[in-house]
Amino acid sequence: MPSTADIQAGLAEILEEVAGVAPADATPEKSFTDDLDVDSLSMVEIATAVEDKFGVAIPDDELANIKTVGDAMSFIEKNQG
Amino acid sequence: MSTPTADVVVTGLGATTPLGGDVASTWEALLAGRSGVSRITDDWAKDFSAQLVARLSTEPADVLDRVRIRRLDRSQQVAVIAAEEAWRDAAGADSGVAPERIAVVFGTGIGGAVTLLDQDDILEAKGPKRVSPFTIPMLMPNGPAAAVGLAVGAKAGVHAPVSACASGAEAIRWGLDLLRLGRADMVVVGGTEACVHPLPMAGFSAMRAMSTRNDEPQRASRPFDKGRDGFVLGEGAAALVLERADAAKARGARIHARLAGAGGTADGYDLVAPHPEGEGAGRAIAAAIRDAGLTPADIGHVNAHATSTPIGDTAEASAIHDAIGDHTLVTATKSQTGHLLGAAGALESVFSILALREQIVPATANLDDPDDNAAVQALDIVRREPRKATFSAALNDSFGFGGHNMALVFTTA
Repeated sequence: MPSTADIQAGLAEILEEVAGVAPADATPEKSFTDDLDVDSLSMVEIATAVEDKFGVAIPDDELANIKTVGDAMSFIEKNQG
Repeated sequence: MSTPTADVVVTGLGATTPLGGDVASTWEALLAGRSGVSRITDDWAKDFSAQLVARLSTEPADVLDRVRIRRLDRSQQVAVIAAEEAWRDAAGADSGVAPERIAVVFGTGIGGAVTLLDQDDILEAKGPKRVSPFTIPMLMPNGPAAAVGLAVGAKAGVHAPVSACASGAEAIRWGLDLLRLGRADMVVVGGTEACVHPLPMAGFSAMRAMSTRNDEPQRASRPFDKGRDGFVLGEGAAALVLERADAAKARGARIHARLAGAGGTADGYDLVAPHPEGEGAGRAIAAAIRDAGLTPADIGHVNAHATSTPIGDTAEASAIHDAIGDHTLVTATKSQTGHLLGAAGALESVFSILALREQIVPATANLDDPDDNAAVQALDIVRREPRKATFSAALNDSFGFGGHNMALVFTTA
């Protein structure tokens, strides 16, 4: 089971790859849309990459509730098999 | 009905092509007689009758940031690269023109076909959930125009003419109209194409439109030559910045040339084959010369569409000969760049402008043995090496499957 730090690092890697976010900016309090300039289509790509990397499924209604990097980290922690 | 007139000038040029990653390197390679054509070495091409292509000399990934590379189809990437060069060249960002007065007209022949086909592969292999959310904005034919619009901050309007291989030239004509009608104060116009993929290659091959001179890549594109056997598919984009002369002069912009006139017609003859005597093409050329307020005698240089197909080149030669005469210096630069389809008219307009500015006509490569056709024989087609000449007007024509004919006239600034 990856640690919280591992999850944050993995998420940062995805954000850099998909949306060009500098890894240092991918901190829990950051909002994807307001702080990191991630648009709705990129969020879909990020969700797919998270599913692959962490083995979780993110239903569309859950994706709508993920607003910050911290939200994504909690979702991954709770739902990993 | 009279056409609104306004003096329109070209203040910015941009290009990324098989000959170079920008206008200067492309032009230098063109005058040096270099070819952008090579043989495809990928496995998929082994069974293809036509295996030649003119790929970009500079990969877009070496120019654009990773996020834009990821979100844009290759046809959009090269459009943005060319448009940003033209915009810098025109000092557009410092022009003081409000975004609400800036427009974009950018054409493509095929658009995001490679995205469509790649995403279909993903759909088949992995299912619908794996298809990229950027699939639609990447494949839509207005995608390149929209990406250019974002790059230059255009809010007056973004338009995307689609007329096959006449798209780039048609975009320039639309830009001229927008400025004449007062609908914008600055327009970024151009064309783009990047569709090197087995399916488009197979489709063009099935039409017997492509050269199969696979063992001699650099000699395959040979417009007007007896031995021509089809075109070579090229990729790239070119862009121009247009504005009204009074505004350009007022802001101290450097003026490359005037866009003096444009003409467009349809053949009304066949879906694909050109009219054998180039009837519609000739009418477009004549209309552009009239629109420019000139006479055929004024046209000192023609950058011909001449793709190296057996039927197309002779039809065009007849059109040029009938509409202009045999005094004009003709060249066919696809002999070195390959055929950039929807980008062709834009790139060849850039070449026409540079020829005018520098008073030199690039040579038609591989024209060893001109066709017996009477018009080809009568025309003064520049070959072997570029020719210095004195002329004040140049014409670029472009034709597309569907019977689209476009002609543009540029004059010295």
